[in-house]
Amino acid sequence: MFNYTFHWRPAIQALPQMLGGAVVTLQIAVISMIIGILIGVVLAVMSGSSSKILRGIAGTWIEIARNTPALFQIYMAYFGLGQFGIHLDSFVALLSGIAFNNAGYLAETFRGGLRAVPATQVRAARSLGFGPISAFRLIVLPQMFRAVFYPMTNQMVWAILMTSLGVVVGLNSDLTGVTQELNVKTFRTFEYFAIAAVLYYLIAKAVTLGARAFAYRLFRY
Amino acid sequence: MIEIENVHKSFGDLKVLDNVSLTVKKGEVVSIIGGSGSGKSTLLMCINGLEPIQSGSIRVDGIEVHAKGTDINKLRTKIGIVFQQWNAFPHLTVLENVTLAPRKVLKKSKAEADAIGRKQLEHVGLGDKLDVYPSKLSGGQQQRMAIARALAMEPQYMLFDEVTSALDPQLVGEVLDTMRLLAKEGMTMILVTHEMAFAREVSDRVAFFKSGKMHEIGTPEQIFGNPQRPETAQFLASVL
Ligand SMILES: Nc1ncnc2c1ncn2[C@@H]1O[C@H](COP(=O)(O)OP(=O)(O)OP(=O)(O)O)[C@@H](O)[C@H]1O
Ligand SMILES: [Mg+2]
Repeated sequence: MFNYTFHWRPAIQALPQMLGGAVVTLQIAVISMIIGILIGVVLAVMSGSSSKILRGIAGTWIEIARNTPALFQIYMAYFGLGQFGIHLDSFVALLSGIAFNNAGYLAETFRGGLRAVPATQVRAARSLGFGPISAFRLIVLPQMFRAVFYPMTNQMVWAILMTSLGVVVGLNSDLTGVTQELNVKTFRTFEYFAIAAVLYYLIAKAVTLGARAFAYRLFRY
Repeated sequence: MIEIENVHKSFGDLKVLDNVSLTVKKGEVVSIIGGSGSGKSTLLMCINGLEPIQSGSIRVDGIEVHAKGTDINKLRTKIGIVFQQWNAFPHLTVLENVTLAPRKVLKKSKAEADAIGRKQLEHVGLGDKLDVYPSKLSGGQQQRMAIARALAMEPQYMLFDEVTSALDPQLVGEVLDTMRLLAKEGMTMILVTHEMAFAREVSDRVAFFKSGKMHEIGTPEQIFGNPQRPETAQFLASVL
């Protein structure tokens, strides 16, 4: 009934290769977060603007990112854009899909964070002679980031896990891609994916704990 | 000099300033008193352009505050304003709160800004709190920090909007002392206040507002001793 014998040795030997994949995974997650944060801030501001068009663009982005499968978003970046003659390689397509998703979720989070900063803070800054952009950058943003720091960490973990979807667009250099290639060669499915799962878990945990330590240093007030 | 001429201001249908004219000369201290909703805060915000006006004019050192071409950010560096809610920047230390605008707006070097910041914080009695975050300060200390923050811009004018109203009674005195000191040093000030004794003591002139109109302006002796308008007398009877 149960006659699968575990062979850990080859899987352990493949560890350096898998760690290489983990680095790529982390790279995609970090870059997609940076892009997601930048676009997310812009979308959050746009969704609070008085212009209907800007609000519409931001609203549409947020709605699609949050209410369609991340898998489709990545597919769209790879195959969908291909239809329009824009050919992204799998790395860039995965990165764009995740960044799109991050931006949508983060925009919604940031919108809440912006509401947590009282309008009187902006008024105080403006009365000191700050222009609207410097007041936003120096007074509002730092306070917003504190308010949204933990949800932002969650999104980072989510971004790491989403990178595993890269296989659907043929990415073979990230942790899941590397694992899948090893699996195909050896059919040691359980061993490789168990190790990959542990590595994902460790990365996610490291990010959460690292963020907590970072927040402790950053938000002393 | 601050010259306010025939200013009208409404929020929608609500008339908040109704033909207000007032000139404040260099070195003068003018207090504004009046009931809740009479437009006192709005007037201060119109003076530094935080609120637009519908008609009339406001000039500060001859510059039209509400003219299209006016560099309002530059003008605001000349006019310090302190609000009832002190609005400390919570993510910055006390010294950073005070030096941020001198550095980023006036483009002073860090050393120069720090020197000014220290001086102003000592001035308001917070010389030992430089590296503390505002959340660790009492309301009175936060309010004095807000005053130091405004003073660090080395403004020509200071506007105070009921800066003691949100404070516990035992903390009011320390903030009034700071303002008394400024008045003595010759700072040009407009202060909206409910502290009648204080207004009487420090002001050169006192203006009484009701429903957006300036009903009476005169020396403290006139306003508090011998008001010329029945509305003034009535208001004072209700608060004294
Ligand atoms: N942003 C705003 N939008 C609409 N109405 C406003 C706004 N700000 C003030 N008002 C109204 O304008 C009137 C004058 O307000 P203002 O704050 O200038 O009064 P005040 O004399 O400072 O009163 P208080 O002593 O209570 O501070 C009030 O009726 C107030 O409700
Ligand atoms: Mg008021």
